[in-house]
Amino acid sequence: MTQTRILSRDQSTTGLAQPRIMDDLDQLEAQSIFILREAYRKLKPLSLLWSLGKDSNVMVWLARKAFMGHVPFPVMHVDTEKKFPEMYAFRDEYTKKWNLDLLLGYCPPVEEIDPSLPPAARSAARKTAGLAAMIDKHKFRGVIAGIRRDEQATRAKERVFSPRGAGHRWDVRNQPPEFWDQYATPYEDGMHIRVHPLLAWREIDIWRYIEREGIPLVDLYFAKDGKRYRSLGDQDITNPIESNASTVAEVIAELETSRTSERAGRAMDHESEDVFERLRVAGYL
Amino acid sequence: MGDNIVTESFSEIHRAAATPIVIVGHVDHGKSTLIGRLLYDTDSLQDGKLAQIVESSRKRGLAVEWSFLLDSLQIERDQGVTVDSTRIPFRLGSREFVIVDAPGHRQFLRNMITGAADAEAAVLVVDAKEGAQEQTRRHAMLLRLIGIRHVIVLLNKSDILGFDEAQIVKVESDVRQLLGRLEIEVEAVVPASARDGDNIASRSERSLWYKGPTLVEALANVPPPASRAALPFRMPVQDVYRFDGIRYVAGRIERGTVRAGDRLSIGAQGQVATVAEVCRWHAPELPVAGAGESIALRLEPDLVPDRGDLLFPADDKAAAPERSARIRTRLFWLRGEPLRVGESFTLRLATAEHDVTVASIDAVVDLEDLTLREGDSVPPDGFAEITLAASHAVLFDPFSPGFGDGRGVLVDRYQRIVGGAPLIGPAELADGEHAIHPTASRVSAARQVQARGHKSGVFWLTGLPGSGKSTVARAAELALSEQAINATVLDGDTLRAGLCSDLGFSPEDRHENIRRAAHVAKILAESGQVVIVALVSPLQADRAQARQIVGENFHEVFVDTPLETCEKRDPKGLYAAARAGKIPEFTGISAPYEAPVSPELRLPADRPEQEAINTLTAFILRIVQP
Repeated sequence: MTQTRILSRDQSTTGLAQPRIMDDLDQLEAQSIFILREAYRKLKPLSLLWSLGKDSNVMVWLARKAFMGHVPFPVMHVDTEKKFPEMYAFRDEYTKKWNLDLLLGYCPPVEEIDPSLPPAARSAARKTAGLAAMIDKHKFRGVIAGIRRDEQATRAKERVFSPRGAGHRWDVRNQPPEFWDQYATPYEDGMHIRVHPLLAWREIDIWRYIEREGIPLVDLYFAKDGKRYRSLGDQDITNPIESNASTVAEVIAELETSRTSERAGRAMDHESEDVFERLRVAGYL
Repeated sequence: MGDNIVTESFSEIHRAAATPIVIVGHVDHGKSTLIGRLLYDTDSLQDGKLAQIVESSRKRGLAVEWSFLLDSLQIERDQGVTVDSTRIPFRLGSREFVIVDAPGHRQFLRNMITGAADAEAAVLVVDAKEGAQEQTRRHAMLLRLIGIRHVIVLLNKSDILGFDEAQIVKVESDVRQLLGRLEIEVEAVVPASARDGDNIASRSERSLWYKGPTLVEALANVPPPASRAALPFRMPVQDVYRFDGIRYVAGRIERGTVRAGDRLSIGAQGQVATVAEVCRWHAPELPVAGAGESIALRLEPDLVPDRGDLLFPADDKAAAPERSARIRTRLFWLRGEPLRVGESFTLRLATAEHDVTVASIDAVVDLEDLTLREGDSVPPDGFAEITLAASHAVLFDPFSPGFGDGRGVLVDRYQRIVGGAPLIGPAELADGEHAIHPTASRVSAARQVQARGHKSGVFWLTGLPGSGKSTVARAAELALSEQAINATVLDGDTLRAGLCSDLGFSPEDRHENIRRAAHVAKILAESGQVVIVALVSPLQADRAQARQIVGENFHEVFVDTPLETCEKRDPKGLYAAARAGKIPEFTGISAPYEAPVSPELRLPADRPEQEAINTLTAFILRIVQP
């Protein structure tokens, strides 16, 4: 409201409509749209990983912003078949409402996964295997994923366009330079690029944007009986936090005073010091 | 007055974007420790973080190692070196910052650029005892090239000097002089100890003589980014879409504002269209958009611009960008091999891509004293000023600090970013200079591999006359062709019969002969061919030049047949003629042959010839087969 008043005052002095002064969310949004448009132009075939969580919903929303209400590439849900029932219902509802081209992928049983990983990480690694199979099957050159730098220190080292070589591995010692919004493109057959349009967003930015835009979410994010989920993984490796925040505004208020990390409820992050790095080098998000 | 009121009332509701601050400096001068201290002192650590660091430090037998906060990768902690830049948000009062930690190790320059390129301000950490070091100068140079306007110097570890005023003032003056040479304005020079917290967030009791700001005060004083809205409009076209029967010209505004009804010029072709509508999805409807916004335009007439076309105000010469096919630019060079004149690249400028060739290297920065010197190549991680020649006129705005445009990057045939190029302006043609504008192939190396089924390469066979170079080369050519590999032999006598028929055997002519052969080999290799060069090429320096011309595709093969054997074989009767004095400057007899010190392949003479052929063929196959 206040903004409109200021704009009209500007108008009265110059006689011309003035652009809005961009706030932090406007800037994050504009940058993410730029990234999504680069990906769509440069990486074909392209798809977007839709985990049904809050971040990937924001990402789908940003894609609709970038492409005037459309998502002109498939969205991919790599199903561990261990998600919460609410998430499957949400997926089916918004696939229709948002007119999404949904691709479903499935994960191999846990017995087929590297037994040297700690138990929860081993379970999480199923998703990596399922994702790899989907990328190979559809020969994707670009995969858009909703990771953020503030979630986890290893993710903080990521590029916006992050090349994955043979076997989908992340070569963390040898990342390409990335500056001035000039991004890496695939230079070898069999490579793909992980595109990270939300890298610069923080958890609280995501929630404020959800509030501003009215982006729908799975109910699990909101408190019931004093608990809510802050981050959603598989049922067996995600734990709810103590909270009474039952609306987006209350979640934002809670985050403004919170000092614990978002992934505190993700079991695999706490199993050993380097487990997340090992997962990510092998292709985990 | 009226403006002030607007600004004040606006600031109450406006949440500014976080200000990115990059921390740079020589390795071990204490960057990561500083960041840990800043986060701790400003109470920006998450619960559990501190415990995690204490635990990681204890495991490695260290006292509390602040840098572990940032060095999240196992290799970083184990080696005690930051490998890649990282970003950490923190808050001072109501203002948000993002700290970028950039590694100090020389070989990690590209990671540092990745972190630093968008920073608004920089903290240059200098060890108070050691003073500016090689990486300090390198990083300072980079801060200038990427246009960071606000630089704060932190004289870390000042406790080692006991915060002694005289010694610290001396270091301060040295650092100021260095940065002055780069035309960098220093906001503050803060004597501090990151480990102990002196003059970081709170004023130190140990430096009562110091009246300047603490680091936190200096950061709080960094002004917000300058507005780009008042400048002439610029939008590089990012893409053109058609949804629901409507054509959208999509892009991000780099400068200025655009309104429905504005008349815009499109790219270098100079077509003009009117903005019919400023389009957004799920956003307040406004007929105007400003710098930084990602929008879509509907144009009237409904033209289809190309990606990279710059949109700018029509009918106003003063508001038009520069236009030139020759551009002077600064350069930071990231490739492992030096840059040389004549190399071709793609210049990516915002969303545009232009074929360019390095027309001249005008000056190279000497990193000892940061002066500009003449030079004919730019070393890895080096800085220079160069002139780029494009195949057509390029529209651009010269780079200025704080602006997103005018910043090009150079991309090689392998789609790798090899350099950053802040544009200076159009280049004048010097007297006597040829206005050549070579063009580069648009077929990428990967595409050629796909089309041909194999990679290209130049295999340079050197050896005495009569050592068997041509024989082995021709036999390998045949063997390769049987495996569907496109191979060509450039052999000395064949070249001298045609392309080099004007040349004799003086050292100068031999040099020229090799130069020409190398360029032909390069052209063939760039077209995807496997090239086997069979040339005596007796001098190390000449072969080194050939390697420079060809680049990383160059493979030296030494046909190591001893003089006695060659002379005994003497297939062309040349040794006999040379011994008789009929051939002056004959390699091996009356002219020197410098054997390669470390060829990639050596073909010894004491084996049957067929074995040499097989070895060479297998060597080539190993390199060119995908």
